Amino acid sequence: MRLSPDEIIFWQSGFFKLNATIVFTWALMLVLAVGAKLITCKLTTEHKRSRWQNLLEIVVTLIAKQIEEVGLAHPKKYLGFLGTLFLFVAAASLCTVIPGYEPPTGSLSTTTALALCVMVAVPLFGIAEQGVGNYFKSYIQPTFIMLPFNVISEISRTLALAVRLFGNMMSGAMIIGILLTITPFIFPIVMTALGLLTGMVQAYIFFILATVYIAAATRTREPKPEHALIT
Amino acid sequence: MLIDWFTVGAQVLNFLILVWLMKRFLYKPILNAIDAREKRIAKELADADATTAEARKEREEFQQKNDQFDQQRAALLSKAKDEAKTERQRLLDEARKAADVLSAKRQESLANDARNLNRAITRRTQDEVFAIARKTLTDLATTSLEERIGEVFTRRLRELNGEAKHVLAEALKTAAEPALVRSAFDLPTDQRAAIQVALNETFSAEIRVRFETAPDLVSGIELTTNGQKVAWSIADYLASLEQGVGELLKAKDNPKVEEAKPSSQDQ
Repeated sequence: MRLSPDEIIFWQSGFFKLNATIVFTWALMLVLAVGAKLITCKLTTEHKRSRWQNLLEIVVTLIAKQIEEVGLAHPKKYLGFLGTLFLFVAAASLCTVIPGYEPPTGSLSTTTALALCVMVAVPLFGIAEQGVGNYFKSYIQPTFIMLPFNVISEISRTLALAVRLFGNMMSGAMIIGILLTITPFIFPIVMTALGLLTGMVQAYIFFILATVYIAAATRTREPKPEHALIT
Repeated sequence: MLIDWFTVGAQVLNFLILVWLMKRFLYKPILNAIDAREKRIAKELADADATTAEARKEREEFQQKNDQFDQQRAALLSKAKDEAKTERQRLLDEARKAADVLSAKRQESLANDARNLNRAITRRTQDEVFAIARKTLTDLATTSLEERIGEVFTRRLRELNGEAKHVLAEALKTAAEPALVRSAFDLPTDQRAAIQVALNETFSAEIRVRFETAPDLVSGIELTTNGQKVAWSIADYLASLEQGVGELLKAKDNPKVEEAKPSSQDQ
């Protein structure tokens, strides 16, 4: 049984290989980029605008709003990274309705790559916001004893991110595969619909967790207000 | 092993490329479009606010101007009313004056008419009286009116007595010029002689007399000398007749004048 699209290899030359994960990722990238380009090349600032523009505006503003709600004051700064995370994972899940398609997020390599990106992005955004000293100081807060725990937490949450997304996406595909052998009609369709839902939920979870990590890293520690002490 | 590190690296690269592509083709244009629209809407709202404020200001200005116009109109109307009242009063006064003048003229004209009528009646009466008297006397005693008048005058001279006679005698005697006997008609020679005789006999002296014809005497004879006068004429009768006629005319005219007065006030 195939657990990951990594195993479908179209071409290999030593260390370099072209597997289904990379190919489907390129396909997704192509669809997303071309679709965005096609829609945004006809943007208008008038009151009357196309449905596609409305859809994209809704998606973008919703993502920005979510980022803001989590606690990042300037969502536009993080929109590129976090928004793309969400859109890529969501698009990868939505495309499971296409026959023959293997979601790249069903590969642990992909989810690890995304989690690594988050792991790198968190300190980068934190440093950009707080400065190097302040950011690394947060690892020894409240005492330096916390440093190893903080480091372990960074690694474990990255691992959790990668495995959670992989597990969900892979299990969805696995369940459909197994069900197709048991009950070939109707039930797999229901499970596919359920898979779309869990895929969207996972995309949202991945996105919101990354946002929360970045928000935690960028938040400057504010002194407690005096009146709080009095009360 | 589920993790293929080459794929991991490739996916990281792919993801970074996708981030760039999305930024380039999705987020930036969409956010720019949204910002532009928001700016435009904000500008439109600001313009609308400005327009509203301007409209409010213009409305207030218009209201103010309207109030001023009303006040000016009221002032002009009041002034015009006052002027019209003054003009009406002036016109009324003028009309009243004109009516008074007209009434006065009319009254004067009536008085003139009455006078002329009196004069005409007097003259006509005189003529008629003379004609009747002459005809009657001629018919009755073959005597002319002039003769009878002469006779009456001489008789009156002879009948003078007392203080009047004495005063007249003194006047005749002391007069430097001859006494003047005036008559409305030419006295015949015998009448003149009779008067001379009567004078001489009455005053027992030779009285110098000058005869003169005066049509305005109204059929009579008078003797004047040194401020004294003896006369007989029908002028007295005519005067009383004129008085009677005058009273009659006045009685006729008065109601007309009284009627005319209210009508002049109406003007």
